[in-house]
Amino acid sequence: MSEHRAPPPVSTMLMRGLFEENPIFRLALSLCPAVAVTTAVKNGLMLGVAVLVVQVLSSMSGSLVKHIINPKIRIPVFTLLIAIWVSAMDMILAAYFADVYQQVGLYVKLIVAFAIIISRMELFSMKHSVIPCFWDGLGMGLGFLIGLVLAGAFRELLGSGSIFGIAVLPFKPLLLVVLPAGGFFTIGLIMALFNWVDVKRGHKLPAGGGGAHG
Amino acid sequence: MAKVVSPHEIQVEGTLPTDVASIRLVRGSDADIPLAVVSVKPAAQPDSFTLTTSETLNKQDHYLLTAKGVDHPWEIAPSPWAMVISVIIGSALINNFVFTRYLGLCVFFGVSKNKDTAIGMGVTFTIVGLLSGMISWALNTFALEPLKLEFMQIIAFIGIVACLVQATDLILKKVNPVLHKKFGIYLVLITTNCIILAVPLLNATSGATFLQALGLSLGAGLGFALALFLMSCAIEKVNMAPVPIVFKGLPVAFIIAGLFALSFLGFSGLKVA
Repeated sequence: MSEHRAPPPVSTMLMRGLFEENPIFRLALSLCPAVAVTTAVKNGLMLGVAVLVVQVLSSMSGSLVKHIINPKIRIPVFTLLIAIWVSAMDMILAAYFADVYQQVGLYVKLIVAFAIIISRMELFSMKHSVIPCFWDGLGMGLGFLIGLVLAGAFRELLGSGSIFGIAVLPFKPLLLVVLPAGGFFTIGLIMALFNWVDVKRGHKLPAGGGGAHG
Repeated sequence: MAKVVSPHEIQVEGTLPTDVASIRLVRGSDADIPLAVVSVKPAAQPDSFTLTTSETLNKQDHYLLTAKGVDHPWEIAPSPWAMVISVIIGSALINNFVFTRYLGLCVFFGVSKNKDTAIGMGVTFTIVGLLSGMISWALNTFALEPLKLEFMQIIAFIGIVACLVQATDLILKKVNPVLHKKFGIYLVLITTNCIILAVPLLNATSGATFLQALGLSLGAGLGFALALFLMSCAIEKVNMAPVPIVFKGLPVAFIIAGLFALSFLGFSGLKVA
């Protein structure tokens, strides 16, 4: 029921999701898909696009209905809103990208429970109108997409010696990274890399280490 | 009475012709393809026979044995409770939801900072997960599937989880405020735990029976609780260790989770009889 706050500039809203508040490596939200589907770039890309679309649509629709819902039940309402967009996305992907869907299908359905989407609705959509919500959702979605593609490229290159299924290395350097455990190692290392860049740029890391949002 | 005693042998009680050609053994799922029976020999006990097959048999599978001149067929099925236990062990250890299916990670890394919160979350999650798993299974089997509303699964299941969490919160607050004070905060976190949604979805895709759904829901919760407890024990030690500044906090937690995942790979060799 709050008044609309003046939205930050578009560039801030877009860039925030990419680095400073990167959903995966900084906020440490929605980690399940980041570890699970990044065994190949293609899988990461598809899930990233799905999350991007769902995030933008949910943020915007959340902003639209925020005045007519009772604040006490906003979480269930937001969850149902997300569920509607996810169901639509799930059916579209199952129909048009059947081969990749077979591998990531379960995780597409689980977008409903991804903390990043509902947390953006809580933190941003509740306070801003539809257009800023579009940019914020786009920035967060892109940050998520880039995180997934980055981790996917790293794992596919090292684990299978290929990118997008095209062999670029004549050998498989490190099979370990495509194993279940490799996903954890990869994300841990990329997070450390983000922290390292931050330290180099002269920023202080938050107490308790980077990305410790719990 | 008949049961699979080893990968190539079935023990049958009753009278059976020793002629291989008059015996027909089929798998419950493919009633048209007979499995080749190599020999039928009387076993040590009276009135029982040992069948040898060339194909490998699985104790978890269903088989049907018929013989010429014998009216009643023998049904070979694992005992239902043995199946529940095998599903529980399978989903808690072999396919642990955290370490091999990578689900529930946000909550996993959030609450594994000390043992008390880990135990609190583990217990709360196991109970709510079991409840929501069974309610979702019932809704899916008795309402969504007969009405051809499978496309509503995501919306229905997340709705159940949200309502259940909210209801448990209210009831617990009224009935047992002390318990609510202790476990209330974990209840809220459950909605964003993917495992609670993954269990009904997996049950729905595999067409699980009541007991299989029960086993998966319970196993998922126990596996999550186990993973949380192990992780919190390790994290408590790491917090006192001199970790490089860029690895402090989550990065090192991920590396530890990776090591746990590697060790859980060892369970993949576990065969549940």
